Amino acid sequence: MQNTGINLIFEGQNLARILQGLLITARVAFISIFISLILGFIFGLIYSSKNKIIRFFCRLYLELFRIIPILVWLFIFYFGFPELLDINIDGEVVALIVFIMWGIAETGDIARGALESLPKHQRESGMAIGLNKIQLYRYILLPQAFRRILPGTINLATRMIKTTSLIVMVGVMDVVKIGQQIIESNVLKVPDASFWIYGLIFFLYFIICYPLSKYAKTLENKWNK
Amino acid sequence: MTKVIPLYTKALILTLKLASLGIIFSIIIGLLCNILLSKENKILTKIIHGYIELSRNTPLLIQLFFLYYGLTKFGIKLSETTCAIIGLSFLGGSYMSEALRAGIEAVHNNQIESGLSLGMNKWQLFRYVILPQAISVSIPLIGANAIFLLKETSVVGIIAIKELMNVTKSLIGIYYKTYESLLMLIVFYLIVLLPMSILLTLLERRLRYAEHGN
Repeated sequence: MQNTGINLIFEGQNLARILQGLLITARVAFISIFISLILGFIFGLIYSSKNKIIRFFCRLYLELFRIIPILVWLFIFYFGFPELLDINIDGEVVALIVFIMWGIAETGDIARGALESLPKHQRESGMAIGLNKIQLYRYILLPQAFRRILPGTINLATRMIKTTSLIVMVGVMDVVKIGQQIIESNVLKVPDASFWIYGLIFFLYFIICYPLSKYAKTLENKWNK
Repeated sequence: MTKVIPLYTKALILTLKLASLGIIFSIIIGLLCNILLSKENKILTKIIHGYIELSRNTPLLIQLFFLYYGLTKFGIKLSETTCAIIGLSFLGGSYMSEALRAGIEAVHNNQIESGLSLGMNKWQLFRYVILPQAISVSIPLIGANAIFLLKETSVVGIIAIKELMNVTKSLIGIYYKTYESLLMLIVFYLIVLLPMSILLTLLERRLRYAEHGN
């Protein structure tokens, strides 16, 4: 009987290898989300400054990542910088750098929006009872801002996870690359390999991203009331 | 440098063509989803929600691979361009559908009831009450989605379409002209994306003004 593609998934090491690739993808996503959340919050604090010059540069930084596609950024760091500085940068490092820089920009914008959306009297009441700046942020502004940024940051996280599929283009052995290898080595034996393997990867991305975006939506609905 | 400019111009035109077709089909799919949702048929609603979640929670790259390589073995052989357009529309359709729905939901129920009590028919209600209010919410979202889709065309180069990314990659690979190609890549993306995003910001400001007016 002819081998059908669905068996290919469970043949030998295939499933284990795909999950290993998924782990690399997840590692890139997790590290970049984690770091960009922390640094992004700081960036948001700077961005919410009243100083026009600071705001201009923050806006410029944000727009650079908004306007130019992420894949272009990956190319710049993967092909451009190594030649410029005469060093060798690993694809995974390139991916981390780009994702973190992008994540900082987006998280910063979300945090700024949240901080600025807080009613003015919160800040003023805090100052009226004699809190200093650190206390003001620690006890009044940040706890309230945090609630407002959570749905946005979860959505950003799903976007970043989806974008990790691009890192195959800078030579990272991620889940897509391993899927390609399995398909290539079985193409003669199993003609419909690509249907099942890509279908599996499609499904894997979906089961990771779907709960996250569902959760973000639930939070939004809950807190908007 | 001068030798590669025609290459990039051609690639840009192709990028724009794919993006605009993708945007148009996405809007059509979005409209269709909203019309079908308004029928309030349980099964239809489930299917459409399923589609929206599926397309929003998976990367375009995988969608393209699935279309381009996955379906060939079942006798469905699509050309690269068709694949790219289907992929972009599949992705964009759900985003456009949400953008349009946000607009419709922004119209308060009492507005519709007032319209009905004035004796408007369905068409008049849509034309004079719902549409003008929905547009001020939807247009900025549609614009943002259009820019998003244009940026997403950077991915379709992977299925051998000679758009900007693909051309850049081959120029780097064949001629080692890394700086020139990367510079041209950024310049050509900025030529279209910068005016678009400035226009969107201006439009948003204007429409927000209109919104506060009522």
